[in-house]
Amino acid sequence: MSASESDSAVSAAPVESASRTLLVTFVVCLVCSVVVAGAAVLLRPIQESNKKADLIRNVIAVSGLLKEGLTEEQALKRIDARMVELATGDEVKGIDPDTFNIVKAGKDPAISIELTRREDLAGIRREPRYLPVYRIVGENGDLKKLILPVYGYGLWSTMYGFLALEEDLRTVQGLRFYQHAETPGLGGEVDNPKWRAQWTGKVLFDENWKVQVEVTKVAVDSSTPESHHQVDALAGATITSRGVENLLKFWLSDKGYGPYLSRLRRERS
Amino acid sequence: MSYQHKKIMFDPIVDNNPVILQVLGICSALAVTSKLSTTITMCIALTVVTAFSNAAISLVRNHIPSSIRIIVQMTIISSLVIVTDQFIKAYAFSISKDLSVFVGLIITNCIVMGRAEAYAMKHPPLPSFLDGLGNGLGYSALLLVVGIIRELLGSGSLFGYPILPLDRDGGWYVPNGLLLLPPSAFFLIGMIIWVVRSWKPAQVEQPEFKIYHAPRPEVVS
Repeated sequence: MSASESDSAVSAAPVESASRTLLVTFVVCLVCSVVVAGAAVLLRPIQESNKKADLIRNVIAVSGLLKEGLTEEQALKRIDARMVELATGDEVKGIDPDTFNIVKAGKDPAISIELTRREDLAGIRREPRYLPVYRIVGENGDLKKLILPVYGYGLWSTMYGFLALEEDLRTVQGLRFYQHAETPGLGGEVDNPKWRAQWTGKVLFDENWKVQVEVTKVAVDSSTPESHHQVDALAGATITSRGVENLLKFWLSDKGYGPYLSRLRRERS
Repeated sequence: MSYQHKKIMFDPIVDNNPVILQVLGICSALAVTSKLSTTITMCIALTVVTAFSNAAISLVRNHIPSSIRIIVQMTIISSLVIVTDQFIKAYAFSISKDLSVFVGLIITNCIVMGRAEAYAMKHPPLPSFLDGLGNGLGYSALLLVVGIIRELLGSGSLFGYPILPLDRDGGWYVPNGLLLLPPSAFFLIGMIIWVVRSWKPAQVEQPEFKIYHAPRPEVVS
């Protein structure tokens, strides 16, 4: 289109006049906001389902169900998500675990509590009152594995991940971080499959159900009795490794999932 | 496509590269090039935004009062960036997590604003679109070179597929951790600029001033 044609269509006032300036501002804002709002609204359902699928994919990955030969759909059917009130260990109804946002909940004063410096091992300042847990159930609904969302501060960032426990609720099935911003190549190796594999089979509690876990700087000597509580730290990433140790200690303690875990143990004995 | 149009489109790749010659858009070039998958997404996003923002701004160029022209350009550019960002979040979710804020930061990328102000305000829509496309491709060309070097030597892989077997997985290649950190892109871009300017000396900038060598005062002993 030529300039003169559309000139008359928009306004007769000269381009530099105040009324013209206002008109152009208004039209540009209107058109742009329609475009932006349209894109946001139309694409929202796809983005939401992406987010949900991404979370569930991480749960499935840490559960080890795929290694047992299940497909993703079969694994999905075995996941039973529940909301848990951390302080009491009770399951709560009325909050949808699929749409619960852990990152937001940890910052929202309405549904989180402040931690004192002594309590705050994981470096998270506030702790949500409720968190989702994912129970992996067998064919007849009995608990086979338990997947807990865990997070804590590393060197630069809060690392968000999942801890999967075996049926005995003390052995690690897997530990996996799906969101962090640690140094690539050093602390970023927390999501290296080789390092993750070290966690499988480690025992996080001693006989008296006291949390026992240690990330060591020397190679783990498998002949010692403590070795099943120990994992070799990441090379060149002392603070990230210590962060992982601390966040596990925090989330397994009474401040974290302790009450829920002991309730599960009572139910099963 | 006429010769003129081809020139508009392909000139910015080597002869008038926005990063190499004009040294624009460095910030995002440092941030997104540690992996090729993020690099390519960023390249496509920037090329699309530059091309369409140039075309859109050129369409309305005769109606924009000069007193508010920058803010009108910004509004159009940011709308396009937000739409692009929403598309990436919808159709390339895992990559959008890696790119985080950098797609949004295309708004502040000097290449997009620079082309809008320097070219689209003065030229008709088609050449402006091609100019935007060309500059996006020029930016992409450089980013891809940097991205390939960084991912291959920093992680021993390309697009996440292992190429060089890493020592920590039992291979022979010890990855260079520096290449995973943003400053390494600085060194690489610097070296690329050096190579290109040795090959095409016309791109070497004239010094803005010369250091004046004062005659040594006589030393009185």
